[in-house]
Amino acid sequence: METLVFLILYPVVAALALILIRGDSPRRFVVVASAVLLIVASCWLLKYDYSAPVNLYQVHADWIRLLMQIVELALAAYMIVLAVRHRKWPIVPLVLASAGVGLWFEVVHVHTMGKGVALSLNRFSLIMALITGIVGSLIAVYALGYMRTYHAHEKDVPDKRRTFFFVIFVFLSAMFGIVFSNDLLWFYFFWEITTVCSFVLIAYRGDQESINNAFLALGYNLAGGLAMLLGIVILFSQHGIFELDKLLLHDKSVVMAPVILLSIAGIVKSAQLPFSSWLVGAMVAPTPVSALLHSSTMVKAGVYLLVKLAPLFDGTYAGLLVALLGGFTFMMTSMIAISQSDAKKVLAYSTIANLGLIVMCAGIGTYEALWAAVLLIIFHAVAKCLLFLCVGSIAHVIGTRDIEAMDALVLAMPRLTWLMLIGMAGMFLAPFGMLISKWAALVAVIDANPILTFLLIYGSGATLFFWVKWMGRLLSVSQLRENIETGIQRTIWAPLYILGFLMTAVCFFFPYMSHRMIEPYVTGVYGTTFTMSPGNITIMIIMMGLVFLFFVSRKEVNFRNTRMVDAYLGGANLPGSKAFTGSAGAVQKIVLRNYYLEKYFGEKLLLYPSIFVALGLLIVLIIGAVA
Amino acid sequence: MDILSLTLYIVLAPLFGGLLAGVDRRITARLQGRFGPPILQPFYDVAKLFCKETLVVRHTQTVYIIFFVVFMVFTGGIFYLGGDLLLVIFSMMLANTFLILAGYRGSSPYSTVGTERELLQMMAYEPMVLFYVVAIYMASKTFYVGQIATTSHPMLIKSLPGVFLGFVYVLTIKLRKSPFDLSTSHHGHQEIVKGITTEYTGPSLALIEIAHWYENILLLGLVALFFAPHLWLGVAASLTVYSLEIFIDNACARARWQMTVFSSWGIAAVLGFGNVLALTLFR
Repeated sequence: METLVFLILYPVVAALALILIRGDSPRRFVVVASAVLLIVASCWLLKYDYSAPVNLYQVHADWIRLLMQIVELALAAYMIVLAVRHRKWPIVPLVLASAGVGLWFEVVHVHTMGKGVALSLNRFSLIMALITGIVGSLIAVYALGYMRTYHAHEKDVPDKRRTFFFVIFVFLSAMFGIVFSNDLLWFYFFWEITTVCSFVLIAYRGDQESINNAFLALGYNLAGGLAMLLGIVILFSQHGIFELDKLLLHDKSVVMAPVILLSIAGIVKSAQLPFSSWLVGAMVAPTPVSALLHSSTMVKAGVYLLVKLAPLFDGTYAGLLVALLGGFTFMMTSMIAISQSDAKKVLAYSTIANLGLIVMCAGIGTYEALWAAVLLIIFHAVAKCLLFLCVGSIAHVIGTRDIEAMDALVLAMPRLTWLMLIGMAGMFLAPFGMLISKWAALVAVIDANPILTFLLIYGSGATLFFWVKWMGRLLSVSQLRENIETGIQRTIWAPLYILGFLMTAVCFFFPYMSHRMIEPYVTGVYGTTFTMSPGNITIMIIMMGLVFLFFVSRKEVNFRNTRMVDAYLGGANLPGSKAFTGSAGAVQKIVLRNYYLEKYFGEKLLLYPSIFVALGLLIVLIIGAVA
Repeated sequence: MDILSLTLYIVLAPLFGGLLAGVDRRITARLQGRFGPPILQPFYDVAKLFCKETLVVRHTQTVYIIFFVVFMVFTGGIFYLGGDLLLVIFSMMLANTFLILAGYRGSSPYSTVGTERELLQMMAYEPMVLFYVVAIYMASKTFYVGQIATTSHPMLIKSLPGVFLGFVYVLTIKLRKSPFDLSTSHHGHQEIVKGITTEYTGPSLALIEIAHWYENILLLGLVALFFAPHLWLGVAASLTVYSLEIFIDNACARARWQMTVFSSWGIAAVLGFGNVLALTLFR
């Protein structure tokens, strides 16, 4: 199991190297080399035989725990110093409480724990590791070029790129730690590291807004972390469990309270309502950070935990509440996304919505739901990462993230536009990835609890609306635009193309992926699994082939007798057809705009009521845990 | 066998669809006190359109229409060959997305307004259509049209009256009939010229027309499914529903989009979800 240890420790080594190195070219070398190493190492995990009982890594090393405790205390001190300096008082008691409980637990209980299985590997953690390794590493490579341009644009942001890359790699390490940890205290340790890393990255700009948002994220996630720690303490002191695999085999009726506490941590981290605002606020960070938080790390850690716990939720009221919360988040945030014109904000709300869908599946906790959830995690990671990275590069060139400024982008930046379209198609369109998972989710919901279909169905109507209108904006051409795509660096193109390719590959090969990895995992947990019928898979592969034909046939396909004309402007076209004669002879330029329906789906209108409803559900859940 | 039925469907669907459009125009004319065109007029129109020159605003715009037609034919194919009902719905959404992107590609103010409205319509009818699938699955325990059509007992309409009514309501949107024909207009005097198809002429307009024939035949099939396994009862019911839509078309003024979206959502919630709820609680 050296590969597991390598994946956790190597990024730390790379991070240390990156904080010492000055200068662009050595940094580029280290980042690219580390990315390649991490990708190879995570693919290396594929060679293990997963049919045998899970591979385990047993350690009896008090010094590792001691080291973790020291790191945790150091981080606590660091956070308190920062919180005091910025006068963010609510952070202080949270940090003190976590550190206090952690220390108390260490002194009183830990020596009685004995030898446990610290790291383990199964097909689900393999999938998560592949996502972290491949998608996360590509983001790191992309960040090389992006951050250079970023600092060229934003002169007043201090250049802290050494810290930036340091934190990115520590983040990757912690994420590997989370997906491999079986010992819950190890899990908690890595969990808290991701919280701190995301805090540092969100605050990167250093202005008041990013600092506020960073502290918001920190506060929420610390509270979630505290809930998790309490859950672990209860689990050990009352049931003697400190390992995830033992917890999953335990009688679910007696461990429900700690499981609810753990799932609250997961709900916070995956930015579900009522905690969604930390993820929306996190978009002040440079785009690679958003991509990292949204696709391969952070929020995925949250849903990873919930999906892991899914078997315990099956048929319980706690599970029903978690499913309701997730489904409600999916519906409301999809609707809010309709009214947003900031590209990153649309992506942020769509992430929250999709995570809601995953949380819903986890809460349902049947084998069909589990299958859907794992598939959703995979497709969402690839598609969302691709979209964020594209938007980041587009925004650098056109100088804004406003979707309305992306009119005719297909002429201005054709390659990025087509990559974006692949990503968007992957997010909602049949027969692509997310839709397959949504389909499975719908089937799972109907079989488990048809009442939940309500949330899924209304949310998916809204999803369709905001994606299609964005696609349309990219494709419609009211004014001709020059190609302005030149000058984007290779370290930006390479990850984008690889992700575009990956998106296509996971769509075409999802039956294979499901057969090799997801179905065996689900069978391992439930003894039975969901599969798609071969007939439907064939039909979908045909559809995929057709859509693929569309993507490659962007050259002119026309009938004989085709003539170019100007668009219809009520017969009042002015030469060039970029303007027309309006009333009283005034010259009117053509401006095409999308509907945002602000009056009906506005953030102000929908967000606060949704937070209250979600808070209500959460309180019921918490009382359920206490009672 | 499958190849034979597929060929039959590909040939017969536009034939019936075109005839239906002809009858529709004739009845509409009579309702308005006119004599109306011959029943075969839609075919003459399409034939004539194919002989015309194609005017395009953007070179690539025709591609979108071709894919719209291909996927619409494909969707009907899945349905009439007894495929998965959810796949039918998703494939229909995909086809309509291509039509919408085609409208955006048209890039004129008229086509853009029409397209935005088409998108609103899609958002309006989607929940009801999905409740339709959910309810049918709950009642018949299968997603396969082939099995639903042959083994439903008793007829689905008996357990799904709410879904049926709700589906008929959103069918007005899908058939692009007043009061929900926001995105297009078959009448000369209306404000958005031809809406989504403003920038499409000649053969590409003919293709759009043919795709609509396929789509209408598919929609009638979706209605007939309520009456399976009685084929002729289903045909009769779907034709009755279509006639009803013609009357509604002629009796109503166009609604605003708010009315379209929120009434369809409300109907879906009350009739569609209400029916699902009933099936859940009493099964």
